[in-house]
Amino acid sequence: MKRILLVVAVAALYVLHQDIWFWRSSYLVFGFIPIGLFYHACFSVAAALLMWLLVTFAWPAHLEQEVEEVEREEGRTS
Amino acid sequence: MIPAIVVFLYLAAVLYIGIFAFRRARGKEEAEDYFLASRSLGPFVFLFSLFGTNMTAFAILGSSGHAFNNGIVTFGLMASSSGLVIPLTIFLIGTRVWALGKKYGFMTPVQMFRDRWECSHIGTVIFAVQAAMLVPYIIIGIMGGGTTLYTISGGTVPFWFGGAIVAMVVMSYVFFGGMRGTAWVNTFQTVLFLCFGAIALIVIGVGMGGFRSAAQAIQASPLATLLTRERISPYYFFSYTFIPLSAIAFPHILIFCLTARKITQFRKTVIFYPICILAIWLPCVFLGVMANRVTDIPQIREKQEARRVLATQGRTMQPEQRDELREKSAGDDVIMLLLQRYAPLWLAGLLGAGIMAAVMASDSQILALSTMFTEDVFAFYGGKTRFGESVQVQTGRIFIILITLFAYAVALQAPETIFELAIQYAFSGFASLSPLLIAALFWRVSTKWGALAVTLWTAAAVIAVAAFQSLVPAPAPGPSVVYWSLGGTEVLTRTPGGTAVFGFMPVVPMVLVSALLMIVVSLATTKPAQTTIARYFGGAR
Repeated sequence: MKRILLVVAVAALYVLHQDIWFWRSSYLVFGFIPIGLFYHACFSVAAALLMWLLVTFAWPAHLEQEVEEVEREEGRTS
Repeated sequence: MIPAIVVFLYLAAVLYIGIFAFRRARGKEEAEDYFLASRSLGPFVFLFSLFGTNMTAFAILGSSGHAFNNGIVTFGLMASSSGLVIPLTIFLIGTRVWALGKKYGFMTPVQMFRDRWECSHIGTVIFAVQAAMLVPYIIIGIMGGGTTLYTISGGTVPFWFGGAIVAMVVMSYVFFGGMRGTAWVNTFQTVLFLCFGAIALIVIGVGMGGFRSAAQAIQASPLATLLTRERISPYYFFSYTFIPLSAIAFPHILIFCLTARKITQFRKTVIFYPICILAIWLPCVFLGVMANRVTDIPQIREKQEARRVLATQGRTMQPEQRDELREKSAGDDVIMLLLQRYAPLWLAGLLGAGIMAAVMASDSQILALSTMFTEDVFAFYGGKTRFGESVQVQTGRIFIILITLFAYAVALQAPETIFELAIQYAFSGFASLSPLLIAALFWRVSTKWGALAVTLWTAAAVIAVAAFQSLVPAPAPGPSVVYWSLGGTEVLTRTPGGTAVFGFMPVVPMVLVSALLMIVVSLATTKPAQTTIARYFGGAR
């Protein structure tokens, strides 16, 4: 279930990248940042948060174990 | 001249770091130490050097130049999409390649492909295509170096000499320091250009009398479209999300993934990658757009005038005249011009050094090419067995000299802007090769023939796009020229900025056809032995 939710989150963020709703708006956030630029700056922060979720809940720990096993075996044979 | 002197001091510092790394490794003439720093990079160096490796001249000069002419769309096109796709691919692919490298001793992607798909000469074909597409990336670094030194010195240091100096410095520290020197230099450079963005933003903002008035003036002028994405179609914008797939397929990035001491070092890299991109690209794109409001820098006014003439009279001009105007309106140096105008001399020098840091990221590509040549060709065809590991390392060093000289010679002739050159050839091509990695790591049924089909298709597609664009001149800004339509649908179009296939950038069909070829050809051909598949995916099925 956790994995499915993470896949959905990745797909949702990818879709949110295509923000056609701000396409023609030149509105200035805080009086100087164009809304389209502000949105994508926030998108970058959201991407970092998503990466934190992936690293926390879907970390490929088995890879580390496999490498440790191989290194242990090499240590025994050498 | 003071800024140029500061930049030269910076270059000397970088050179020293490379030579210091050489001293550290003295006595070790092992390939794994020279090419992969003995797979021993710690978390801090790994994060910053991997990030720095991916940030080239293109990140600072190209992004601000593109934003100068196209507006804020540059950030969404290249930065925020990369902030999602690149760390995701590092998380999914980079970690797995690292583990396989540790388990089986791979030093290059081709070594992994050869083992995974039980092939030999097909691996050599993949090497050749990767190498051919990596060279333009190196050229960008040298061109960026030449442009930066020329601008910083106010024209005193000519382009050819600036490019030569950058090429010499990069070649020297890669030659001496190998991966360790390259990683240390990249870390130093990344810290520098992370500081660069914030300082440049503040200094130029103060100099311009605040961004609020500049932004509002642009909003009220005909240039207001630069604050929107009207100049780019949504299809084009979507297409660009395929470009960051190239990052993990670039051999220098994948080889860098092999240098981590532990897999846990990927954690911080994956999380902080989007933030690092934000920290560098946001100021550069914003400043590129704001440069349009500057009226007291003659060079910027000349660029704007060239852009205006191109837009209003371009259609009645000869292709050569349009190309000339495009070159004049290119904004690769706007950020340097802003610094020269608004920053004190010493600070302009320091910030120029920050730009040089980004420009010189071609070091990793040079080292990667050398690693690939010595491992995938020299060692694979018996050179290591016959002459020994020490000769292999020396061969790698000679290769570094030759490839740098070649890239420099081409950089002197290349007419394209930094940005266009990078996108049209290297990025699209490597994105098209990304199905190779996905299939090798996640699809047990994939075969060497599928890999060959993907590689040949990528080479053919890159050549076809390059040939089409050189044979068919770019139209003036405005409607694109349709060259092939089918039943009222525009199939092939020449746009002012490149080529469109069904309205998308070529990278979209290139990646999709690559993936399709991998599936179809793999299903139709013989799988590798079960023992080989089991080594990658566990128990036989």
